[in-house]
Amino acid sequence: MLEGPDINRALIRIAHEILERTKGAEGVVLLGIPTRGVQLAARLAGHIEQFEGAKVPVGSLDVTMYRDDLRLRPARALGATRLPADGIDDRVVVLVDDVLYSGRTVRAALDALNDLGRPRAVQLAALVDRGHRELPIRADYVGKNLPTAKSETVKVYLNEVDDRDAVVLIKKEGA
Amino acid sequence: MRRHLISAADLSKDDALLILDTAEELAAVSERSVKKLPTLRGRTVVNLFFEDSTRTRISFEAAAKRLSADVINFSAKGSSVSKGESLKDTALTLEAMGADAVVIRHSASGAPHRLASWVRGSVLNAGDGTHEHPTQALLDAFTMRRRLGKLDGRRVTIVGDVLHSRVARSNVLLLGTLGAEVTLVAPPTLLPVAVETWPCEVSYDLDAVLPKSDAVMMLRVQRERMNAAYFPSAREYSRRYGLDPDRLAKMPDDALVMHPGPMNRGMEIAADVADSARSTIVEQVTNGVTIRMAVLYLLLGGAALEEGER
Repeated sequence: MLEGPDINRALIRIAHEILERTKGAEGVVLLGIPTRGVQLAARLAGHIEQFEGAKVPVGSLDVTMYRDDLRLRPARALGATRLPADGIDDRVVVLVDDVLYSGRTVRAALDALNDLGRPRAVQLAALVDRGHRELPIRADYVGKNLPTAKSETVKVYLNEVDDRDAVVLIKKEGA
Repeated sequence: MRRHLISAADLSKDDALLILDTAEELAAVSERSVKKLPTLRGRTVVNLFFEDSTRTRISFEAAAKRLSADVINFSAKGSSVSKGESLKDTALTLEAMGADAVVIRHSASGAPHRLASWVRGSVLNAGDGTHEHPTQALLDAFTMRRRLGKLDGRRVTIVGDVLHSRVARSNVLLLGTLGAEVTLVAPPTLLPVAVETWPCEVSYDLDAVLPKSDAVMMLRVQRERMNAAYFPSAREYSRRYGLDPDRLAKMPDDALVMHPGPMNRGMEIAADVADSARSTIVEQVTNGVTIRMAVLYLLLGGAALEEGER
C-alpha cells in the first residue's frame, strides 16, 4: 500500500506537524513503541533535527506488561524500555507506533507512562491508521489513513529491521 | 516454557535465555520510583515453606508483589503441618484457595515434583533437599552475564560443600546449558556419588584452578545437613578450600567472587573477600528479585497452558 518514498514523505509531514503543534518541539520527547515504533521515532527525530536543528530526545516504551490481552496468548518476550536521561516529567511525550488499530496498545502505553512519570501532555503519532477502534483514542499525527476490513492484517516493514520500507495489506486466506 | 520450574534441567537454552533477557528488561523496574507492574493482578502466589528461609522467601514475595500478584505466605511452623497434615492435603487446601502458583521449599528432594502432580497451578521449586534450586542458578547466571558480558565459554568454579548443595547441582546443569565450563572443587568427602556423570570437571586443588576462573562461586558448608565428619576441622577446611585474600590475588583481575548466601565468614570465605569490590554477593540478592519476576511473568503472565502443551 505504501512504498519507501511514501513512508518517507509521511514521516517528513508528521515531523513538520509536530514542530508546528509544539511550537518548535520545545520540551518534546519521542517514545517509540516496540518494535517498529522505535525506528519510526528515531527517523522522526532525525527529520526534526534536520529542519530546526533541535535535538529531540528519543526513547522506547515497551507496553507488554500493561496489555489487557496477556492471558489470551502464552507469555511473550519483552521489548526494551529506554527513557531519555532527563526523563519525561513535564515534557510533551509523543508516542510513536507503526499501526493504530484497536487502540488497546495506546491504552497500555498510557498506563505505562503513568508509572514512569508525569508528562505535561501526551500525543500520538501513527504511520498507519487502519480504523476499527475499540477505545476512545485518536491519533494526533497520522501518516496514512488506510480503510481495512477486520479480517485483513496491516504489516509495516522498515529498513532497519526488515531491509525494506513498505506497508503491506495482507488479506487473510478464506476470509 | 513449561508450566512448572522444578529443575534447571527442564530449561532449554532458548528458555533460559528468554528468562535472562526478560529479567534484563525487568531490572529497570527496580530502579523506578513506582516499582510495580500490573501484569499479575488478580493472580495468587502461595509461598509454601517447609524449611527455614529468609532471603528466598522474601525475594519471591517481593517479585510477586512487584507484579501485583497477591501473596500468601505459608510456613510449616505453627501451621496445620505441625499437626501432622500431609503434603498432599496441604496441596489440596491450597488448590481449593485458588493458588495460581505455588513456590515450594522442602527438606525432601523431589517434593516439588510430587506437588506438581496434585495442583493445577504452576509449581516453582525454591529449593528441595539436596536436589535443586533453579531460581538461584538463574540469578547466578544473570549476575555473571551482566558482569562478564556472556556465559558461552566462560569458566566457572564452584567450591565447597557440593554434596549438600542444591545450588551447585542447579548451577552445573544451567551453566552447562548456557555453554559455560564448570569446575567443581571440593574435598572428596563432599562430592556426591556419580559426580563424574555431571557435565563438569572435578578438581581437589583450588589453587590450581583459581588462575583460570572467570567466576568463583563459594558454597556454604551446610553444617545442619552433616550427620558425620566430612572433614577433620573447620580450620583445615578453610585452609584448603576457603577463599582468603591470598587466593583472591591468584584469580584473574576481573574474575568474580560469588556466594549464594547465607555466608559463614571466616569459614568458606574470608570477610575481606566477601566485602571486596569483586564480590557480587549483594548484587546477587538484587538480581534474585528480578529473575524471580521474570520467571513468574513467563509462567503466569500468559494464557494458562494445558497439560503437556509447551
